Amino acid sequence: MEKMPKWADVILIPAISILLAAIISGLVLLATGKDPLNALAIMFDGAVGSSRAWGYTLYYATNFIFTGLAVAVAFHARMFNIGGEGQALLGGVGVAVACLYIPWPHWTLALLGAIVLSGIFGAFWAAIPAFLQAKRGSHIVITTIMFNFIAYSLINHLLVNVMKPAGVMEPATASFPEAAHLPNFHDILGLVGIDFAMDAPANIAFFVALLACWFLWALIWRTRIGYQIRQFGESESAARYAGVSPTKIIMISMILSGMFAGMMSINNVMGEAERLVLNSAEGAGFIGIAVALMGRNHPVGIVLAAILFGFLYQGGTQLSIQAQIPKEMVVVIQSLVILFTGALDHMVRSPVERIFLALRRKEA
Amino acid sequence: MDFLLLLDTSVLGTTIRMATPLLLACLAGLFSERAGIFDIGLEGKMLLSAFLAAAVAYTSGNVWIGLLAGIAGSLMLSGIHGLASITFRGNQLISGVAINFFASGITVVAAQSWFGQGGRTPQISGAARFDPIIWPGALTRIRDLLQANLSTKIYSQIISGHAIIVYIALLAVPLAWWILYRTRFGLRLRAVGENPAAVDTAGISVIRLRFGAIMIAGVLCGIAGAYMSTALQAGFVREMSAGRGYIALAALIFAKWRPWQALGATLLFGYLQALALRPDIIEKAIGVKVQVQLLDALPYILTVVILAGFVGKAIPPRAGGEPYVKER
Repeated sequence: MEKMPKWADVILIPAISILLAAIISGLVLLATGKDPLNALAIMFDGAVGSSRAWGYTLYYATNFIFTGLAVAVAFHARMFNIGGEGQALLGGVGVAVACLYIPWPHWTLALLGAIVLSGIFGAFWAAIPAFLQAKRGSHIVITTIMFNFIAYSLINHLLVNVMKPAGVMEPATASFPEAAHLPNFHDILGLVGIDFAMDAPANIAFFVALLACWFLWALIWRTRIGYQIRQFGESESAARYAGVSPTKIIMISMILSGMFAGMMSINNVMGEAERLVLNSAEGAGFIGIAVALMGRNHPVGIVLAAILFGFLYQGGTQLSIQAQIPKEMVVVIQSLVILFTGALDHMVRSPVERIFLALRRKEA
Repeated sequence: MDFLLLLDTSVLGTTIRMATPLLLACLAGLFSERAGIFDIGLEGKMLLSAFLAAAVAYTSGNVWIGLLAGIAGSLMLSGIHGLASITFRGNQLISGVAINFFASGITVVAAQSWFGQGGRTPQISGAARFDPIIWPGALTRIRDLLQANLSTKIYSQIISGHAIIVYIALLAVPLAWWILYRTRFGLRLRAVGENPAAVDTAGISVIRLRFGAIMIAGVLCGIAGAYMSTALQAGFVREMSAGRGYIALAALIFAKWRPWQALGATLLFGYLQALALRPDIIEKAIGVKVQVQLLDALPYILTVVILAGFVGKAIPPRAGGEPYVKER
């Protein structure tokens, strides 16, 4: 028999974790001499208080859905991909190549091209550590972290020495052409008569992200390879005994992971900045870890967790503008969510389980 | 082309300075992993310690108090890691990652609220900093050094002229060896990383041993972090650990979890970092101008290459990463 009902596992446990993280974050704010309740009010107003605020929150959430899916698909094979950041940066190069060097007739084709190229570039950046893990036994965590650092240097080199237009000081590519401009929420929702803020960056990539969620669900729970990935994640020896090749699973799960992370760039690089700049991913690759953990590696959970982090990220930006609280406060909250939902799961879970068991005994 | 230039004594002296935080972190990882606890959080512990050491040293004007504050911060994170991975049997990798993010965020938030200089501490100097110790008879002026013979150069630039923590780190290597291989505590510590059930059967507390190991790791990471901000540099800047915790873990694998080999491995990584600081020497030595970005990435690329190619078969402690559940 289950120790507690499913809703408690899916909703109550994450909610308690968030509450704990929020309390500690509030204490941190108090210690730095800020009023946590005022901070919360600023965050709510800035992140969900208007359609423009929602436009930013959902824009960030789109990034985190992609990186959350990236971490989740690797987690299913018990691979810990901390390289989402580097893979997203490489995906940005893919988007820039697609938008700058190919003359697209229409944005729909440009979007398809950008999805393919960003996915390939991101997958490539994950495939090397995956290969080294599968064939040489290099620790995937350390290698993917190293690949983040190498990606920073590589992008720096590409922007400064290769892709920067002549005569410009700033290390960035030229702006993408008009044909590669993606419709934003204002354009899309305007079609059905909803008036959405014009200057908010949420764009059609959000719907691509939802499609990617469906793709992950279908892949993991409805295909043979998805079954093998889960089998490998549960028990490597059992999977091996059943004839599953570890190399194949490691490579496929990590390539999919890198692909999702890379595809994030259709949102931030193509949908928002419309050019490639240094550090385009802005830590979204790392937030994916917290999102996947909170969302229990399930697409629905990932979407909800991504929207929560979108709220935190946009709210955090408003905090830094209005209350002089550094943006890094979001990193602190993110670390606490990872700690409580990931590492201290037993601490949160066992008292709740005990309560449910006691309740059930009373009923019986 | 003149490859001997790559062995310039000033580069080798910098090698020792760059290797010191790596060595201390590597030894920290050694104690932790030998006891069966993976510690991805070396990076975060160093970073928090670097901040606290610089901030407290600046405020108090005494670098030793700063060092203690750094160690205390690092120990606090070790305690969280222990709570998560030993007491509550959580995932050790995830706990370590959380610790790294926590340190990365909290140092900037605290530095901003404490000093208001955009997430850094003010420059520290004088008694708030570990100064290099000049050994008797060592030369310090560049003009004198240029005319000196090789043995004087080696004495002045490689042996002399480091902060006291460098010498502490070097002494920590034989000490770690002695503790691990010649004391009862060390024997038990190694046993608990290989077969905790056997240690438990012998009536020794697995939990206490593992907590002991990660506390040693906390102290070592604390010293490493304080060294970065109060000796290697004069103050804290955000993300100043720059992946050193991860490189130390790679060095630990390269050293196959042994102390003397850890010294060798961290000196190698220190050398790469020292070389990356001297593009002029590389250019003279190999006759080609190397791009800055490639030099920046060099230590990370070589970490990957060494992990993939030259380690041979590295067998981690058998119970590493697995929480211990007492048999019922």
